[in-house]
Amino acid sequence: MSLEMLQNVWIVLIAVLWIGYFVLEGFDFGVGILLPVVAKNEAERRTVLTTLGPVWDGNEVWLLTAGGAMFAAFPEWYATLFSGFYLALFLILVALIVRGVSFEFRSKRSNPTWRKRWDLAIVISSFLPALLWGVAFANIVAGVPMEPNPAGGSLFTGNLFTLLNPYGLLGGLVTLTLFVTHGAIFLALKTEGEIRVRANKIAGQVGLVAAVLAVLFGVWTQLAHSNNTIVSVVFLTVAVVSWVGALAANRLGREGWAFIASAITMLGVVAFLFACLFPNVMPSSTIAEATLTIRNASSTEYTLTVMTWVAVILTPVVLVYQSWTYWVFRKRLSPSQIPNPEHGALDLPHEVNA
Amino acid sequence: MSALDLARWQFGITTVYHFLFVPLTIGTSMLVAIMQTMWVRTGDEKWLKATKFFGKLFLINFAMGVVTGIVQEFQFGMAWSDYSRFVGDIFGAPLAVEALASFFLESTFLGLWIFGWDRLPKKLHLATIWAAAIGTMLSAYFILAANSFMQHPVAYKFNPETNRVELQNFAELLFQNTAYTTFAHVITSAFLVSGVMLVGVSLLVMTTGRSVGAMKKSLTVGLIATVIAGVAVIFTGDVQAKIMVQQQPMKMAAAEALYETTESAPFSLITIGSLDGSEAYWSLEIPGLTSFMATGYWSGPESTVKGINDLQTEYEQTFGPGEYAPYVPLIFWAFRAMIGLGVLGVLYAVYVAWRTRKGNIPSGRWMKRTAAVALLFPLMGISSGWIFTEMGRQPWIVYGLMKTEAGVSPTLTAGQAWITIVIFTLLYGGLAVITVGLMIRQVKIGPPETVELVDAEDTNNGQPLTFSY
Repeated sequence: MSLEMLQNVWIVLIAVLWIGYFVLEGFDFGVGILLPVVAKNEAERRTVLTTLGPVWDGNEVWLLTAGGAMFAAFPEWYATLFSGFYLALFLILVALIVRGVSFEFRSKRSNPTWRKRWDLAIVISSFLPALLWGVAFANIVAGVPMEPNPAGGSLFTGNLFTLLNPYGLLGGLVTLTLFVTHGAIFLALKTEGEIRVRANKIAGQVGLVAAVLAVLFGVWTQLAHSNNTIVSVVFLTVAVVSWVGALAANRLGREGWAFIASAITMLGVVAFLFACLFPNVMPSSTIAEATLTIRNASSTEYTLTVMTWVAVILTPVVLVYQSWTYWVFRKRLSPSQIPNPEHGALDLPHEVNA
Repeated sequence: MSALDLARWQFGITTVYHFLFVPLTIGTSMLVAIMQTMWVRTGDEKWLKATKFFGKLFLINFAMGVVTGIVQEFQFGMAWSDYSRFVGDIFGAPLAVEALASFFLESTFLGLWIFGWDRLPKKLHLATIWAAAIGTMLSAYFILAANSFMQHPVAYKFNPETNRVELQNFAELLFQNTAYTTFAHVITSAFLVSGVMLVGVSLLVMTTGRSVGAMKKSLTVGLIATVIAGVAVIFTGDVQAKIMVQQQPMKMAAAEALYETTESAPFSLITIGSLDGSEAYWSLEIPGLTSFMATGYWSGPESTVKGINDLQTEYEQTFGPGEYAPYVPLIFWAFRAMIGLGVLGVLYAVYVAWRTRKGNIPSGRWMKRTAAVALLFPLMGISSGWIFTEMGRQPWIVYGLMKTEAGVSPTLTAGQAWITIVIFTLLYGGLAVITVGLMIRQVKIGPPETVELVDAEDTNNGQPLTFSY
């Protein structure tokens, strides 16, 4: 394959990795944010968290792979973006750290204060990245102030507050509400009883808010920032239509279909953003020569060829065993399956008696 | 402090911290897999109890390893963007492959292992912990291959037009001698860390008189792992040292604070010298040992080890004026801490083997206290080893190609770096307290008295789960 072809392949692959991340960790974030709303007692809270238990860590690897792929395929993009969005990414990192340990540690002790604090940590640490990923992507699509880097490539010349502009924040609210809805649909699909009912209702309500915000954001992006009008309109339409489908299926209580449709919306949203960008990966809003594209930010033909082989061989394998995990844990959970929900696995003997 | 200094401190703090969990994850996942295999093969419940007990300790540790690992992949770009763009064509590839080939494997199959006790048939469930353990090994290989490029760049060509290095041969990058010898040394060290941890923890539980049967099993596994790993660590370290002398002679010279080129160079066990290490007032030495470690010869012309001063002159001729020696006292002591703490770990295991011979169960406060401390020796040793390796490479970030000061993100301000370093330190400190607290609880509670096993067929019909968040 020619270098140009390989660059095209890799921007598509990176989009696919981000789609995987939005589809999978998107519902993790949503479930985390909704924890205190959908679950009213210990058994319910633990049921909600257990729906994520076997899968959240594997879901997060999509982010690590997307990051690694950006590093390997478009190092200039990785370097400029990650150093430029320094504090925003730092906040996301802190949130991901706190969230991971919260899942693992919160039910280890029965102490109610211990559990309440971890629950709060789960809500905040799910909320923050759900918002910030949207802020980050919106700013990438809209372009940020950049200048040429003396060592080669480009540098971001703004700061955290540059990113917190109205358009960026709107993007953040879009991912936030989409993820919350997606999480609610996932919960309705994976649970039984009260949680399912509540989640179903929340998905319908937040889903409407998300629809309004997303259409606003989509039209704005399409008019102001799309490099490929036809392709981006197609993906935007896919996102919107499948969202309507997701909300309709949710209303009818067809959770499986609702989840598939909302997953397609995630796909549509990410593909829409990448279609708007192509062939740019990070447009400069100030000095035009500083714009990074898949042409000037990429690795060499050799590296991209090697990486293509690796991706072609390994990606299907990963998809197979990750899908198998979802199959193994396919059954709905109900709070009655959590034995002794107040109990903590690491309670000391005197705490158990007390 | 400048943004550069802060970025270096931050990388050091976050990496050393992350690496406290990594060797335990690598070693313990496989030792747990071995114990579970013994249970599946023998049907002896003691093995199952030991598996469940150490499995829980392992998972507390693994969670911390995962979350602190994300920082690692991000901070290359965040704080070291000029490094990332310079090496991205080469360094990014093993990182991406690591995520695709091993992170998915470990995290997905551990999820299946943790939550799958009652969902999967016995043997399939056993296979999941093996898959995860193999994932951790693969992960170690790819990241060490990437690190080896920083230690000894191979398979690259510098492109002056883009000011980047470009990959010429992926296989050569992955399978250069620096990569596989480092892997061998790190993996054997990881097993030493986990072996001694198993010994210490088993003993701590045994001294309370609970679950003695199960703990005898894990103690045996720990002792065997420690002895095999202990021998292998020495052997692989020796091979690695000889390669290091060829590739980074300055690091070896700094390890012995050897300023003048010397035949039959001694190894000083303890030295009292000037603060910069350039002058020794008193020293306890083993004659010729440094030469032997570096060259394989105790004495004679072949045993010559180059000193810092000569190397400094050579580097100045090649790279121009500058300071090419690392901070010698730190390297000198980190090297000794690495070896000394590792040896102490092995000696401790030998001592425990002696005290527990013929089924003896040692007791007493002394036994407990030493166990609680000794299980940390190899862990501190392996950290010292990394500090030695990375600090010993200075002033280079990529040896001979890029200096550390040239790799830092041009956009990073001291203010930003202060914010992140302070928050990371506080967060990591807080999590350390919580994690150690939970591990101590787990040790206090000990293995389960009885182990219930649910048939895989039943759980899918709404039975209570054996494990939930």
